[in-house]
Amino acid sequence: MRWRLVLPILIVFALIVLLGYGLTRRPDILPSAFIDKPAPAFDLPTLASDQERITVDDLKGRVTLVNVWASWCVACRAEHELITAVSRRTGVPVVGLNYKDTEANAKRWLGRYGNPFAVVAFDPTGATGIDWGVSAVPETFVVDAEGIIRYKVVGPITREEMNASLIPKLEQLKAKGS
Amino acid sequence: MIPEIGHFALILALGLATLQTLLPMYGIWRSRADCLAVAAPAAIGQFVMMGIAFVALGFAFYANDFSVAYVAANSNTQLPWFYRLSAIWGAHEGSLLLWMMLLAGWSLAVALASRTLPRDVASCVLAVMGAVSVGFLLFTLFTSNPFERQFPAPMEGRDLNPLLQDPGLVVHPPMLYMGYVGFAVAFAFAITALITGRVDSAWTRWTRPWTTAAWMFLTIGVTLGSWWAYKELGWGGWWFWDPVENASFMPWLVGTALIHSLAVTEKRGIFKSWTVLLAITAFALSLLGTFLVRSGVLISVHAFATDPTRGIYILTFFAVVVGGSLLLYALRAAQFEAGREPVAALSREGLLLLNNIFLVVAAAGVLLGTLYPILADSLGMGRISVGPPYFNKVFIPLTAPLVVLIGAAAVMAWKRTRADVLRSRLWLPLIISIVAGVALPLFTVGTTAVAAVAGCVLGCWAIVTAFEDIVRRSRGRRVMLPRNVVGMAIAHAGVGIFVIGISLVSGFGGEHDVRLAPGQSTEMVGYEFTFVGTRHVDGPNFVAEIGDFIVREDGRQIAELYPSKRRYNAGGQSMTEAGIDVGVTRDLYVSLGEPLSGDAWSVRIYHRPFVRWIWAGGFISALGGLIALTDKRYRRRRATADKPVATDRGLTTATA
Repeated sequence: MRWRLVLPILIVFALIVLLGYGLTRRPDILPSAFIDKPAPAFDLPTLASDQERITVDDLKGRVTLVNVWASWCVACRAEHELITAVSRRTGVPVVGLNYKDTEANAKRWLGRYGNPFAVVAFDPTGATGIDWGVSAVPETFVVDAEGIIRYKVVGPITREEMNASLIPKLEQLKAKGS
Repeated sequence: MIPEIGHFALILALGLATLQTLLPMYGIWRSRADCLAVAAPAAIGQFVMMGIAFVALGFAFYANDFSVAYVAANSNTQLPWFYRLSAIWGAHEGSLLLWMMLLAGWSLAVALASRTLPRDVASCVLAVMGAVSVGFLLFTLFTSNPFERQFPAPMEGRDLNPLLQDPGLVVHPPMLYMGYVGFAVAFAFAITALITGRVDSAWTRWTRPWTTAAWMFLTIGVTLGSWWAYKELGWGGWWFWDPVENASFMPWLVGTALIHSLAVTEKRGIFKSWTVLLAITAFALSLLGTFLVRSGVLISVHAFATDPTRGIYILTFFAVVVGGSLLLYALRAAQFEAGREPVAALSREGLLLLNNIFLVVAAAGVLLGTLYPILADSLGMGRISVGPPYFNKVFIPLTAPLVVLIGAAAVMAWKRTRADVLRSRLWLPLIISIVAGVALPLFTVGTTAVAAVAGCVLGCWAIVTAFEDIVRRSRGRRVMLPRNVVGMAIAHAGVGIFVIGISLVSGFGGEHDVRLAPGQSTEMVGYEFTFVGTRHVDGPNFVAEIGDFIVREDGRQIAELYPSKRRYNAGGQSMTEAGIDVGVTRDLYVSLGEPLSGDAWSVRIYHRPFVRWIWAGGFISALGGLIALTDKRYRRRRATADKPVATDRGLTTATA
């Protein structure tokens, strides 16, 4: 038996293992080194205008949700509706962090799907994203009134996750702050 | 009653497909002619049963039978009848039914054409296709029965996803599935070759038309998909590198490689095990696409409602079919590798080898990018979607050389071509391509940007060399050129047109978002867009605000556009229908955003140069496939079919 002829089946075997693993995983909450640490500093222009800027200090004073998204990210389209729902139900403002995107595409995306964000920080180079330890888009951070990251979701949030953990977490933090 | 008949027909189809698989296999093992003879009638019977099931589901949709859960979930009494029928394949269960219906259709075609094939080959091919049918029928009956009833029946259905209420959807999935499923035929021929141990020129001559046919349908399907996305997703984009788009594109890439490697195997008797492997891979990727769309491992705008048990079933099925085939390949393909002979770099086979390498590597690149979220996740890096930046970076450098190769394709002779022949025939097309490729972007979109010029030169190169070949070959000929030569040239010219389209649309389209009140105008690249106002319209199952725009060029009215914003009654979803003025050299595309204060609207306007060329190129390539299919060679085999299968020896000695 020649190795060249066996190679395809080995590749497919690896692929099947990988896909099988993929099936067992739902986009899950991963533990993060950033939890219970202060939100990393940033100072970015907003998507709305080049003059206005948003910094990490703007996150302080109340519980906020920071959602990292991009117009090229298909999963962001999937969670878009839920992000809107979380904000509406809890009254927590969502700060968007537009990651490695172009201004025109990002604005078009918001125009098309609706804008759930109170304000969008524009991070075309992805530098702030790196400081925040963003490995996947979308990612969602819960930042409390002191500017400490309390919770993090990697990948798109699901409806179950939203109801079971994200909303309770937000309500709990809001209650603690007031 | 009717849905139960459909359900029962599916069960009978399963029985017949099982017969179609097991008896011929036994017949091959024991050399029993009577068992072999079962294959064709069983395939015909299976097709009839699938047809009954399909019509039964269609009738349930037509008659608004909401006691059928699938109908209730995907239809509505307000839905026009043609969308009620296309809703058959609007979601998971029904699209599986379409998949199986088309597979049964291809089996029927093979069964009817099989009189010209040796009995054992035909029966073996049908048995393999029957096995694929069995897998899908089991899947449907156990996890995704479209005929499931629900009581009490709802009074009204939930409506078809508004994104899918488009004429494109009436034809896009059937074409795409015809392509996917069509590769099952090439796959079945490959498995037959492994079982019978014969890959000879007769085998390739049978396999080629089936592969070309499947490729043609897939080309049309992918092109329609891109067109639909442009119209319905409202972004003015034409390809999003979405996992589901990729799922249809990977089999296309490998199928294209297969068409070319089949040509080498037929003409030169080499690359045999590679051709067999490609045939298996093309179908494996079709199955993988089915898995990705339905299992929920990846997130996509197209994904069907996801269900882990379905995912597990399809993955198991994939493992059995593809794993089994490749095991067979590992055990039996060595016999096709008789004697290595060097392939000259300057020869048609050398060129086609390069073509295959680029296509397969490109497909692997797309596969890697598509599966990257799962891969990254399994390595503990989180789920990262790579997105268009990755695909563009990987894909363009891999496909640009392919277009260069296209130009040399016609000129290269088998075995060896002298460099001076190449030079003497290619210098003129090269000069024409350079001149045309520089002039085209300069005089149409007014640019000399390197990317646009390079793309246009490449595109012109593919077109000019294709024409040069046709002109040179028909000079002094009284009879028509062989259809497959003409088909190849047209398909290659289609690629050229496509390349010109993408070079000029990417980066040179103007676009802007403006706020317009009735009576106001905005100007873009020489066109003046005047917003007249909106009016309210009640559609059959939606209400719409329709905008009225007048487009003027140099003060002269050239188009009226009516973009609309629809709100569907059943689900309440909003949909944007763009108003598009179609042109050969540009599209003007207006889409309504949100209503603002007063009667003003946010409006998005795009200018998309040469975007039509993208789809024109796709359809022209598919036309090339169709013309190649009608070649006399494939019909002539009827006369020679009863002769014993020619052995391969003649070919290998001739080339040694």
